[in-house]
Amino acid sequence: MKILVCVKQVPDTNEVKIDPVKGTLIREGVPSILNPDDANALEAALRIKDQDPSTQVVALTMGPPQATYMLRECLAMGADDAYLLSDRAFGGADTCATSTTIAAGIKKVPDVDVIFAGRQAIDGDTAQVGPQVAQRLGLPVVTYVQDIQMGDGKVTVQRQMEDGYERLEVQTPCLLTCVKELNEPRYMSVGAIVDAYKKEITVWDHAAVDLDPKDCGLNASPTQVFRSFTPPQKGKGEMLTGSVSEMSKSLVDTLDAKHLI
Amino acid sequence: MAVVVLKDKCKGCTKCVKSCPFEAITMENKVASIGPNCTGCGQCVEVCPFHAIEKKDEGKANVDLSAYHNVWVFAEQREGKLMQVAVELLGEGKKLADAVGCKLCAVLCGSGVDPLVNELFEYGADMVYYADAPELKQYTTDAYTKVIRDAIAKYKPEIVLLGATHIGRDLGPCLAVRCQTGLTADCTKLEINPDTKKIMQTRPAFGGNLMATIICPNHMPQMSTVRPGVMEKAARVAGRKGEMIKLDVHFADGDIRTKVLEVVKTAKEVVSLTDADIIVAGGMGLGKAEGFDLLKKLADQMGGTLASSRAAVDAGWIDHAYQVGQTGTTVKPKIYFACGISGAIQHVAGMQKSGLIVAINTNENAPIFDIADVGIVGDVYKVIPAIMEELAKRPAK
Amino acid sequence: MADAYFTEQHELIRKLAREFAEKEFTKEILDKVEETGTFPEELLDKMAAAGFFGIKIPKELGGQGADARAYVLVMEEMARVSGVASIYVSTPNSLSGGPLLLAGNDEQKAKYLTPVVTGKKKLAFALTEPGAGSDASGMVTCAVKEGDHYVLNGRKCFITMAPLADYAVIFAKTDMKKGNKGISAFVVDMKAPGVSCGKPEDKMGVIGCATSDIILENVIVPESDRLGEEGEGFKIAMKTLNTGRLGVAAQSIGVAQGCLDEAVSYARERKQFGKRIGDFQSIGFMIAEMATKLEAAKQLTYKAAYLMDTRQDATLNASMAKYYSSEVCNEIAAKAVQIHGGYGFIKDYKIERMFRDCRVFTIYEGSSQVQEIVISRKLLKK
Repeated sequence: MKILVCVKQVPDTNEVKIDPVKGTLIREGVPSILNPDDANALEAALRIKDQDPSTQVVALTMGPPQATYMLRECLAMGADDAYLLSDRAFGGADTCATSTTIAAGIKKVPDVDVIFAGRQAIDGDTAQVGPQVAQRLGLPVVTYVQDIQMGDGKVTVQRQMEDGYERLEVQTPCLLTCVKELNEPRYMSVGAIVDAYKKEITVWDHAAVDLDPKDCGLNASPTQVFRSFTPPQKGKGEMLTGSVSEMSKSLVDTLDAKHLI
Repeated sequence: MAVVVLKDKCKGCTKCVKSCPFEAITMENKVASIGPNCTGCGQCVEVCPFHAIEKKDEGKANVDLSAYHNVWVFAEQREGKLMQVAVELLGEGKKLADAVGCKLCAVLCGSGVDPLVNELFEYGADMVYYADAPELKQYTTDAYTKVIRDAIAKYKPEIVLLGATHIGRDLGPCLAVRCQTGLTADCTKLEINPDTKKIMQTRPAFGGNLMATIICPNHMPQMSTVRPGVMEKAARVAGRKGEMIKLDVHFADGDIRTKVLEVVKTAKEVVSLTDADIIVAGGMGLGKAEGFDLLKKLADQMGGTLASSRAAVDAGWIDHAYQVGQTGTTVKPKIYFACGISGAIQHVAGMQKSGLIVAINTNENAPIFDIADVGIVGDVYKVIPAIMEELAKRPAK
Repeated sequence: MADAYFTEQHELIRKLAREFAEKEFTKEILDKVEETGTFPEELLDKMAAAGFFGIKIPKELGGQGADARAYVLVMEEMARVSGVASIYVSTPNSLSGGPLLLAGNDEQKAKYLTPVVTGKKKLAFALTEPGAGSDASGMVTCAVKEGDHYVLNGRKCFITMAPLADYAVIFAKTDMKKGNKGISAFVVDMKAPGVSCGKPEDKMGVIGCATSDIILENVIVPESDRLGEEGEGFKIAMKTLNTGRLGVAAQSIGVAQGCLDEAVSYARERKQFGKRIGDFQSIGFMIAEMATKLEAAKQLTYKAAYLMDTRQDATLNASMAKYYSSEVCNEIAAKAVQIHGGYGFIKDYKIERMFRDCRVFTIYEGSSQVQEIVISRKLLKK
């Protein structure tokens, strides 16, 4: 069996800070990481490979040439092969255009039985690319997957809901988007990192995946960013002083005065 | 709208390089160059001191979009009950429809959920498109996508709104691809541009560090998913009527490729953060899972609900259902207690609209104090019991 | 980290080590290690799985096939969070694994080295004796050949990990008259009759990795467990200590980085007289000095590793790196405690442990003074 895992290199948005004076993003020192949900998707594939060593796990991403660093990380976790879709023509893509490119890439990878992806990437939080890739490939999709049991020609999964979960059966090939509750991603190992740098990463441009530049990137994106701005910060309130009991009294007085209790 | 560098104006100051959230700008021959990571967010346009970066409209030939009319709201129901977010969407959808000058419609899928049709009218829908079939009793991606896509193709709405629930966020992207249009996820604000009558969708991006206003100028319908708890609910007018249109529903073998085997409600207590008036939330500053026991006591005393930051959920101290923030629930209670929460942007994004924010933290420089209405620098384990004692002294009102 | 000495592969190894250390060595666990004096076996298993015990060892021997720079990075990142964890990394990679890698035959490597670098067995390195510290030639442990085996008698002291070890590399004199040239190296099974351990020492720092004496009373060791030839022991020991120095240098820059991080974050948060204490020049200047010295120590250490990887003579650089980094680490730790004020003296704060942990760095694996001898002799010889 061959499992293809869609991954993305993202800036670690938890490390981003806003300059309190200028109101601009402080991007410096923010590392690029393997998107957390994608790490769960990769781990899910690797666990299937742990059970059945004949399983092949391949990672695929769209991104700039530097994304090879993240693909090496995927290889060092245990992926067998890695593919990078990289082309200036892919730039500026919204989720719709991104899904076109990724779907075109997946079509070029031979013999894929099932596709895993993360639920969403932390730089956009849209959760759209996974299901959209499935639509473009004509495959069934299950999102928010928190448990996977592979069967013969079908997969049984748990789909997370707000108040519990659904148990679903879906035929293969299919695409599943994974949440962090699915598993705890493994560490790389030193030796696997050494091996990862001996492997070739396949890099494809638009021509390699049979795409016309007008069908990729910005040109093929229905949505456009009209403008962006840092969210307005709420003003600083009152800092209480005094002993713990004085501060507590003062707080409860405030709540009382505002008729909140 | 592509971002372009005017090479003759660029002085190579690299301010744009540092400003780019997506590391898409590099210097080539001392001139800025926009790379494939560009999302068109325009942060660089604003920082360039030399006006050397511009956003250019591609001048795409407009396809005929005039056939599309009306605002549609996906009336998500589960077990015959309308989701709160659907009522919020009707409230917001009404404003949009008025601004555009068109009708507000709801699209309802289910099996034998007829009473909801009237409920939707009462909540302000002028029309309800109703798909009634046994296959639609439970949500499945394939069935709902097919039915609604066909309806969109037939009746051509200009705006489609869905709740950003686990179902809406599954259905929305599939519909968008099938309708060959764009979709903006998790919107927190929707407006109609008075000139173009097109929708302007504002959403948090980049982990809540940026707000982006998204447009969908050349495709129809314009689609958004909207975060639950953000929009005002529609008022219910008893006896209000509208027009119902039954949708044709036919499924062939193999149309529905997933099978719901079982629906499991986890035994965890029902957390209704969006409706809570008082929320007592804890973060990493609690130091241990047991800290939530103390917060629970305060919450119980005040008739409030417990909540958590993402870090505390990640630490395994409390269930994900309690998480407030960018990737959790958006809340706006009357009082929000942030206990041992540092105030990471992604948390703040989910609670800054609270009526009164009380922050308790040992670190006086914690960013949470920048947005708190009342700040207490101190140990949660000492301050909370003191507050509870003080509350107990007051006569109940 | 765009250091001249590292490749992208090294960066990824650092990332692995950093994520591992930050996630696994939680305050809770480290406090427990201090309290109980034992390091959790599950954590050692995880470290073994991540390949931390056989970083430079070739793949065919069960190792990871990386290099000295990778070893330095892993040591540094471990030590940044937990000094004692870095001891568990250094032992199989350097002190204990070293003699086997340097002098072991294929059979010995397969029998002893492979289980050690894969985390299945523990191996101690036993050179020091009560009367022979820096001066190894003063050792009195003897190995007398009787037919196809040796009989060992003597006492080794301050042996890291001895009470936990499955095997120990014991240095003993096969010829009492020849001084250094009479020393040979043996692998001794710690469960063999006549082998016992002293009471674990009650140490100042790096608590969680027991240290004790090893007592040898008529211990029979087969000839096949002798490493190298008779009389090669001293050479093996010195060569091992050569790489060992790099490990201690890496530990030192790791702990120093941890101390600096703590000091900076405390100086940012703590307010006195209405401002952050870091804004007082006296504190700010201390931090500037700490950071500068740490950077110098890092460059020395990284260069020594780079020389080893490129098969250049690193003896002098390794000594300089060990000497300077360990001394500077102690300075940085002391200043970090000073910046913390009274809190730095209290066990609730990490800095208290770091201050104790690094004290041994200028002492073990060749004290600062021994390094100064190595460095000066090397210069004066010319």
